Amino acid sequence: MSEPITAPITALGGARHDGLARIEEVGLHGMITLRGDLASKAVKAAVMAATGAKLPGQRGVVRGKSGTAIWMSPDELLLCPYAEVDATLGKVTAALGTAHALAVDVSDARAMLTVSGPAAREVLAKLCPVDFAPGAFGPGMVRRTRMAQVPAAIWMEQDESFRVICFRSVARYVFDLLGVAAQPGSGVGVY
Amino acid sequence: MLILHCPYCGVDAEETELSPGGEAHVKRFGPGASDEEFRDYLFARENPKGVHFERWRHANGCGKWFHAARCTMTLEVFGTYSAQTTEPPKEIRDAITAKRPGWTWREVE
Ligand SMILES: [Zn+2]
Repeated sequence: MSEPITAPITALGGARHDGLARIEEVGLHGMITLRGDLASKAVKAAVMAATGAKLPGQRGVVRGKSGTAIWMSPDELLLCPYAEVDATLGKVTAALGTAHALAVDVSDARAMLTVSGPAAREVLAKLCPVDFAPGAFGPGMVRRTRMAQVPAAIWMEQDESFRVICFRSVARYVFDLLGVAAQPGSGVGVY
Repeated sequence: MLILHCPYCGVDAEETELSPGGEAHVKRFGPGASDEEFRDYLFARENPKGVHFERWRHANGCGKWFHAARCTMTLEVFGTYSAQTTEPPKEIRDAITAKRPGWTWREVE
């Protein structure tokens, strides 16, 4: 008889691949989708409560003391608290009060990967119809796009490493895809 | 290759990030309409060689629907605009007139 799973596990068990870039699954990470009127005080308060960050502007990423706030669309944010998703979601819901908004824990529906190293920009550019050139894409920016055959959200941290979020069901596909794009000897050298 | 500017997230999205939504500004006829009106609402579509208005969705992106005005013959894009409108805005119509004087589309000109 198999043992029931009692604790959450990541999609890929912390898989790692080294090639032109290092591709690594991030451990368990909280993700809260927040939809509502981004110009409202309630949403600003909810972002502050969850992450300690200010509201990100269009396609922006803002890091706060307790998490990261990511702009997903004109009425949607993704809040990534560093810990305690349940407690954070409670704070978000309290901050929203009676405002017309929605906050849901989507942590287990997504997978998060990092792509780092000097060729990281090029590895991602092989897979997405996005200009990842240094002048066009930098830290604090996010792009939702298509990665080969699936949707993904990609942003850049201050150290110029990328974070990639995809649906959990395609985590292995995305990981393998990045692995192929990072195959040694396959560098294009555009950036 | 078609590249459309998404008015919602500001991205110049390449075709594979988008999904097409057919003709724009189709007026709905429902209960109380005549059979002919309902038939045309369901099936009658423009098929122009030239200026055309379409709905597109930034599916692999911000997820929003928007409108686009373009030329079906040259693939030239005249502009994209909000989905929250029932007709092409003046600046889009002006942009088309500048390039295709005398154009018409349905009852729009
Ligand atoms: Zn968009």
